[in-house]
Amino acid sequence: MTAPDPANAAPEAAVDTAPENPTETRVRAALDGLEVSFGAAQDAIVCVEFERELLHTVMERLRDSAGFETLTFVTCVDHLASTATEPRFEVVHQLISLAHGDRVRTRVRLTSDDATLASITDLWPGAGFMEREAYDMFGVRFEGHPNLKRLLMPEGYGHHPLRKDFPQQGIEPDRLYREWDRERRKDWNPKES
Amino acid sequence: MATKTFEYAPGPNLAALNDDPLHGEIMQLSMGPQHPATHGVLRLEVELDGETIRRLEPEVGFLHRGKEKTCESLGWAKFFPHTDRLDYVQPLMNNIGYALALEKLAGIEVPQRGQEIRVLLMEISRIAAHLIYLGTTAIDLGAVSMFFNTFKEREKIYEILDAYTGHRMNNTYVRIGGVFADVDEELEAHLRSFLEGFRGEVDTFEKFLTGNRIWYDRNRDVGTITKDEALAWALTGPNLRGSGVEHDLRKAQPYSGYEDYEFEVPVGTVGDCYDRYLVRVEEMRQSTAIALQALERLKASRGGEVLAEDRRYVLPPKAKVHTSMEELIFQFKIVTDLSLPRGEAYQGIESSKGELGFFVVSDGTSRPVRCHIRAPGLYNVQAIPLVAEGRLFSDMVAIIGSLDFVMGEVDR
Repeated sequence: MTAPDPANAAPEAAVDTAPENPTETRVRAALDGLEVSFGAAQDAIVCVEFERELLHTVMERLRDSAGFETLTFVTCVDHLASTATEPRFEVVHQLISLAHGDRVRTRVRLTSDDATLASITDLWPGAGFMEREAYDMFGVRFEGHPNLKRLLMPEGYGHHPLRKDFPQQGIEPDRLYREWDRERRKDWNPKES
Repeated sequence: MATKTFEYAPGPNLAALNDDPLHGEIMQLSMGPQHPATHGVLRLEVELDGETIRRLEPEVGFLHRGKEKTCESLGWAKFFPHTDRLDYVQPLMNNIGYALALEKLAGIEVPQRGQEIRVLLMEISRIAAHLIYLGTTAIDLGAVSMFFNTFKEREKIYEILDAYTGHRMNNTYVRIGGVFADVDEELEAHLRSFLEGFRGEVDTFEKFLTGNRIWYDRNRDVGTITKDEALAWALTGPNLRGSGVEHDLRKAQPYSGYEDYEFEVPVGTVGDCYDRYLVRVEEMRQSTAIALQALERLKASRGGEVLAEDRRYVLPPKAKVHTSMEELIFQFKIVTDLSLPRGEAYQGIESSKGELGFFVVSDGTSRPVRCHIRAPGLYNVQAIPLVAEGRLFSDMVAIIGSLDFVMGEVDR
């Protein structure tokens, strides 16, 4: 038995000709009239991509019209290494419907010079920690978040560790401490530093 | 009889204040990160009005070790031991969740017997994790003997896991494509005798607590979460089911062959600490039943494969590595440089704390792009202010215990 060669494999079938799955039909109906594109992933979860201005509307419609009651996670993926082009950040939201037993995932691309996105804490207060974590780790700012500050890293930490340009070995705490110490000393004695 | 008079009218949320002589004195209290009742390194910033909590803010991150970044630097295969250290009271559950996500991405089918062993391990882990919940929550509320009773049972589980995996904790026993080794008959017999005895032990726990006046008063109508609140605050697992939502990923989106097992999903009615306690106790019984069914299935499938045969992703058996050149090369290749197909996959499993999910993104090389861990404990911590604000300070201890989180997983 030989494994199919990926180079000779048939190109991806057009989404329109593929048999519709019930989740996708429901999501399409809920998002009718919005500029979104559909895709699928290896795990067969329906993926929706759109511009960042639409995020809040899409989430609201998915919750109220498509029946996705609760939020599973909000996170971010940094594509710096693979694409090396902007927009490098991809913010991923995933919802689950308990009544229908399925999931949907949404993707929004953001550039690093303007990594801001609407917060959905007004729809699901549980998004609070999720968005704080994405802000802490990637520096994505969520507008309208009631308490957007670092979640896991200490306050005043100047970096976003899960970005691809943050070194794997980390930035040593003693170096950070020296930097903070130098800043602090400036106030006492401007001649130093 | 002298009648009591009150200087202050009770505030909107502070009806409990009437008897509180300290009402009106606002006190800032920093509880933790080294406090026994916070179950790990959790810090709570509490603003107290007498005995009543006016404001509460949890602060996490004291155990942050950068697991997600570590995965990006180590590669897919070498991250397995790190998943043990997430929720360290149920390491095998984390192993299996991570393995399932990678298998979904690579499209690997786990052999039947491998799946049965996984189900067995997951249910044993769930029992061990719930025993920790029960013991620590009870000791926080003053029932010290419960702690020894539950830890006695947990010790038996750890002895069995020690015999099977070689470690009491941090087992790292699951591999991509199955599990490392088979369960032998002797171990099956030990497991069976433990599980059959454990049913009676659960009844004993219930005799200690369920009808206990102190336990009832400390838990009933404390920390009530409604259905809508539980959904809005992204709660999952026993915390969601305690609020009356019948949702269990083992039933709703089965994995590892859970659709073939017979078990019930216990659901609470009110959503208070007492309901969550009842749900977890019943889950221990259901887990025992599932594990016994898995043992029956293992009897039938004896001699079957426990690890898939796919030399692109699955480690070769250790015996062959020592004798065959090709297998040695595969072993080396997979450990140092395992690359998964390009794409992304999410797998959520029903852990003892809620939905434990792994979201993995691969660009086709051996360096992971992203491995996001959806830790249920983080959202359980997030819900503490929701239920603790406006309650008495001593209720907070019951609430923290009943929401059930482990800081290794919360902080990652």
